[in-house]
Amino acid sequence: MYLTYIRRELRRRFKQSLVVALGLAVGVALVVIVSSAAAGVRSAQGQVLHSLYGVGTDMTVTRSLAAGSGAPQRFGGFGPGGSGSGTRKLSRDSLHPQAGSTTLPAADVRKVAQVNGVSAASGGLVLTETEFSGTIPSPAGGGRLGGGSSGGGSPTFSINSLAVDGVAIGANAVGPLTASQVTSGSYFTTAESSARVAIVSDAYARQHSLHVGSTIKVAGKSLRVIGLAGVSSGAADIYLPLATAQKLAGLGGKVTTIFVSVGSASHVTQVAAAVKAALPRATVSTSADLAKQVSGALSSASSLTSNLGRWLSIAALAVAFLVAGLLMTSAISRRVREFGTLKAIGWRTRRLVAQVVGEGLALGLLGGLAGVALGVAAAAAISAAAPSLSATVGSTFASAGGFGPFGGGRRPGGAQSVLVHLTAPLEAHTIVIALLLALAGGLVAGGFGAWRAARLRPADALRSVG
Amino acid sequence: MYELNDVHKAFRRGGATVHALDGLDLTIGSGEFLAVQGPTGQGKSTLLLLLGGLDRPTSGSVVFEGRDLAALSEAELAPLRASEFGFVFQTFNLIPTLTAQENVEAALVPGGIHGKERRDLALAGLDELGLADRATHLPSELSGGQQQRVAIARALVKKPRVLLADEPTGNLDERTRDEIIGLLEQLWQERGLTLVVVTHDSAVARRADRLAVIENGRIDEARGVVTPVP
Repeated sequence: MYLTYIRRELRRRFKQSLVVALGLAVGVALVVIVSSAAAGVRSAQGQVLHSLYGVGTDMTVTRSLAAGSGAPQRFGGFGPGGSGSGTRKLSRDSLHPQAGSTTLPAADVRKVAQVNGVSAASGGLVLTETEFSGTIPSPAGGGRLGGGSSGGGSPTFSINSLAVDGVAIGANAVGPLTASQVTSGSYFTTAESSARVAIVSDAYARQHSLHVGSTIKVAGKSLRVIGLAGVSSGAADIYLPLATAQKLAGLGGKVTTIFVSVGSASHVTQVAAAVKAALPRATVSTSADLAKQVSGALSSASSLTSNLGRWLSIAALAVAFLVAGLLMTSAISRRVREFGTLKAIGWRTRRLVAQVVGEGLALGLLGGLAGVALGVAAAAAISAAAPSLSATVGSTFASAGGFGPFGGGRRPGGAQSVLVHLTAPLEAHTIVIALLLALAGGLVAGGFGAWRAARLRPADALRSVG
Repeated sequence: MYELNDVHKAFRRGGATVHALDGLDLTIGSGEFLAVQGPTGQGKSTLLLLLGGLDRPTSGSVVFEGRDLAALSEAELAPLRASEFGFVFQTFNLIPTLTAQENVEAALVPGGIHGKERRDLALAGLDELGLADRATHLPSELSGGQQQRVAIARALVKKPRVLLADEPTGNLDERTRDEIIGLLEQLWQERGLTLVVVTHDSAVARRADRLAVIENGRIDEARGVVTPVP
């Protein structure tokens, strides 16, 4: 009887029921879309952050070069090139810490590892390979780069730079590359910890037609490619075992970045403070710090979902709740005689209230299901379209004299752009919350109606003065 | 069964105070068939609402089986309405979205009767009034007479001791009127009901064993409560 009565009543007021259910559906769909988009933005931010310091890293420790203290990059000892027609060919590779950062002693890695709350700490080298090549006019008595030209022809230069990371190898190692990112070939083994082997990014491999077994040159030395890695666009081009990188860069016993994994995500801030106390001169950066430095379209999308999207959802739900409540109250006012009759045959007020609330909840459920379906379809459409968003990280640090708290900012200027595709992944709790919101809307609507029904006096409903 | 003493009932309507009952005294015996007549707006329907515990007097007492209905709470009145009183209205007041059988079942809901037992009782009630074949029809699919029969079945399915009918034949043609009033009379006799019928129709009033005429909110003192002349 209870459910039959609800079903028939909603069918009788079909148009009104449809308006209420659709109102709730739109509100719920917006909640699903905004929540899914927010999850997509979080995921995209995660991709950006992982591109800079790798999966599983909660914080990094670096040391910025104090303003004015860095030695200028020199390209000493240019190799002899061919010469002719009064010109001289020059080429030179230089592997050095990225601009703006300096090194830490490897002993600092152990200090960080001993900090309470740190589950793993590994040193890494974030390097830039700069390749200079060109021709210059031959000076009369040899000379240095930058000297005046007295021979024929104008000097021509080209400078290429590559991002090279030295990664720690071991069971508990954390860093910018993990074995799971290797798409072809293999990851470094402990036996290769100082071997001349390299893993290159898929993009770099495509660009230079490299494959597993190819040979590449870093700092003038040949290395064998043992694997290709699927890393995001802002990550390094070439990964080397840490010891190999140290040797090639002439940085034995040095690291530029300490990658730290924390036991509990909720303790990152406290552990960061403890690490800072252990290494007062170092810069300790958490993922949250870096997330604040993300700018560009991704940042705009994040603001959009967290501000406009949230308020739009709240506004739509509030309007839907209000309209549903008013329509229910209006419907109850037209059923005064019906409720008066039911009271006359013995129905208690609470039974009438339950009936009206049940009608509201049924509308909420219908609206919720329709809204979830609508939201799921919209989220799927967003994921299918996968709009590209660019994210720029670290530019504000660049202007402050540093070049990215995570050793990011591989490129001159300190800012690093990463392109990510936005998806709108659906999470189970989003659907549950959306349905609960719809039911709450139904409850509000039913509550309005029930309040009106409870106040009905049967005599007023039935009286026809005779 | 009923003792009404100096009952006053006033209410606001359209900004004015209406004195529907103004010092009414009335006694109704158990098993009695009382017809209540009087001009429009003189308090007949208000009297019926008071007898059924659907309204309270402004002053005075409405004693039913030793209990003053005016002093009972809503929580105490609801079970009385669910078990002791059956109502029949001029406009039938069937729930439009429920079938004839479901309308009858609705009267059994407060009594906590569920499932098959409730369906069977409702169907038996309709069968008794010759409407078993209309059990699945909605009120809009029934004639006026059939709707009133369903309303009577709904009023009687819970086996009340009092049947209160407000102009039960007011919306019916003459032939159906005779049919319905004959049915009420038959049920009254068979079940030993106390039957109170408010009516304008003298043909209906003549069937009662007592007639009360209300004028200006009280029993017409000149005529009193009398036995109608057949």
